[in-house]
Amino acid sequence: MIEALRARAGRLAVIGLPYLWLAIFFLLPFAIVLKISMSDPATAQPPYRPVLDIFGGVAHWRDFLLALDFENFETLWSDSLYVHAALSSLRIALVSTGLLLFVGYPIAYAMARAAPGLRPLFVAMVILPFWTSFLIRVYAWIGILKPEGLLNQLLLWLDIIAAPLAILNTPTAVYIGIVYAYLPFMILPLYASLERQDPTLIEAAQDLGAPAWKAFLTITVPLSMPGIVAGALLCFIPIVGEFVVPDLLGGSETLMIGRTLWSEFFSNRDWPLASAVAIVLLIIIVIPIVVYRELEAERWEAAR
Amino acid sequence: MNARVQPARPAIGAVRRAFAPWNDPQAKPLIRFENVTKRFGPTVAVDDLSLDIFEREFFCLLGPSGCGKSTLMRLLAGFEQPTAGRVILGGADLAGVPPYRRPVNMMFQSYALFPHMSVAKNVAYGLKQESLPRGEIERRVQEMLQLVQLEALANRRPDQLSGGQRQRVALARSLAKQPKVLLLDEPLAALDKKLREETQFELMDIQQRLGTTFLVVTHDQEEAMTMADRIAVMDRGRLAQVATPGDLYEQPQTRFVAEFVGDINLLEGRVAGGEGGFWQITSPLAPAPLTVHDPDEALETGQAVAVAVRPEKMTISRDKPAAGGNAIEGEVWDIGYLGDWTVYRVKLGDGAILRVSRANASRFVEQPIDWEERVHLGFAPDAAIILTR
Repeated sequence: MIEALRARAGRLAVIGLPYLWLAIFFLLPFAIVLKISMSDPATAQPPYRPVLDIFGGVAHWRDFLLALDFENFETLWSDSLYVHAALSSLRIALVSTGLLLFVGYPIAYAMARAAPGLRPLFVAMVILPFWTSFLIRVYAWIGILKPEGLLNQLLLWLDIIAAPLAILNTPTAVYIGIVYAYLPFMILPLYASLERQDPTLIEAAQDLGAPAWKAFLTITVPLSMPGIVAGALLCFIPIVGEFVVPDLLGGSETLMIGRTLWSEFFSNRDWPLASAVAIVLLIIIVIPIVVYRELEAERWEAAR
Repeated sequence: MNARVQPARPAIGAVRRAFAPWNDPQAKPLIRFENVTKRFGPTVAVDDLSLDIFEREFFCLLGPSGCGKSTLMRLLAGFEQPTAGRVILGGADLAGVPPYRRPVNMMFQSYALFPHMSVAKNVAYGLKQESLPRGEIERRVQEMLQLVQLEALANRRPDQLSGGQRQRVALARSLAKQPKVLLLDEPLAALDKKLREETQFELMDIQQRLGTTFLVVTHDQEEAMTMADRIAVMDRGRLAQVATPGDLYEQPQTRFVAEFVGDINLLEGRVAGGEGGFWQITSPLAPAPLTVHDPDEALETGQAVAVAVRPEKMTISRDKPAAGGNAIEGEVWDIGYLGDWTVYRVKLGDGAILRVSRANASRFVEQPIDWEERVHLGFAPDAAIILTR
């Protein structure tokens, strides 16, 4: 009896621990941010009102809850700057994810088809850039892309262009920087799913009359769909909120929601509005994931 | 041939075959391997091999793993190109023809079913590549699923099927395009024993009905013996012997074939003399010279040979056999009771062990032979053959 109870307690502890972790480090911070987004800015420390005193008694709790409202979300909705920033972020993330897929798939495919002894080396080469600071790597691109930078010097020397190209501080520079920075996140899940694929499936397709390109489109690509989805989500989600690349490589016309959030927090010191931006960003990102999971579940149901 | 004419010699093996194009000098082979060599770097997988396979034949490539039998099949499918020699199908050289243009289809050992497609879509895949009209594809898919009795599971995915069902899907898929030759790579290796036996006969049945030429690669000699019209035994990239199952078992040409196909006892010795096909062989294992009737051999006195006798063609008894017969004395070392057979392992004076098997034709045995008993082994001159290689 006691044995059984102890086993039960052990099981609960094992299952409970990750939930506890999630509650402390994800749910609680989210609740705090949500609360700040419903507060009003104030010239004080901390810079918002009301401040909650957990042991303040029933009257305090009632005043506190009554002071919360959705004013900041209304501001976001009515000010076209924020709507534009959100839409622009989504567009940049979508285009970048497409570019990443286009660049990453051939690389991942080549890695997966390489001799088994060489594959760990290629994986290491893909991961290697992570050993340098992300910030330094993006700064390095300024040196490459600026008017008198390496790229322009090379193109001038090769006589391909007559005058330096203005790449830095344009959307092109942002796309270059984002594709460069997120490529490993696209390649690795693609590689994982392609490497697992049984090469005899391609032989079977060819044996049944499909030329190599058709076998690729009808067998390889559909079977790598989990890798494509994982890579796309892994890139799309952080790119929507990306701040460093557009800040360093993009010009003033590159409007992204991550940058807006940063300026609300640090330039305007409007924590409540910045928190509201963060919440909206979260909702924008969570919706496609939920939709995708629903579709996936339906697909599996249909297959039964 | 006239069946009433008594053959000069009785037939070899237990099966009489009316279908034997390989004995007809007029017959044109469907598949011809002509001095084919295939090297992978320094290793030679197929070594200057020539082989003819005829239309409607059920042909087995048999051999231990690494003997080159799978490579030979992949050369025909087009997944490998010969280093030297030619592969000819229906009179046309296949050099440079890609796998997707060859009129052969393959059933893979792993089945290689497309996991993201239903059973029906798997079977339809090859037909879709030919851009057939939709109705025609559906009709052919139905026909194939009927052939392998899987109509009810047409919409299942491969991961929702049992091993046996998957094997049938793979078979239906590879037959759907009505290939001239169906290649089967270890088709039954993944099935359990009972199912394997059933499927063997079913494959033979399907082959009979469709008239397709079957080329099967297997390492299982029982499987090859059951199904094949002819068997090619391969050893290190070469053909050791190509023959009907009966010939292969009763008249192996080399020690390798004799030992690979079934069980056999080899008694090493030397030729002491012979007359009219009856040879006298002295062996250190036997007290007196052994008499073997093997009229096909031309031997010289003093030549080193092996007398080969299958375990079921030997007798075992407590009493010394009548003078003049082949006799070897030994001690019962092990007895294996298999139900239908009992296998005796008998140890001879110098430590060599011979196997003798006896069919358990009766349920009761008077005074059965026991462990460690002294016994006499015998065999008729016709039961053994002489191997020189």
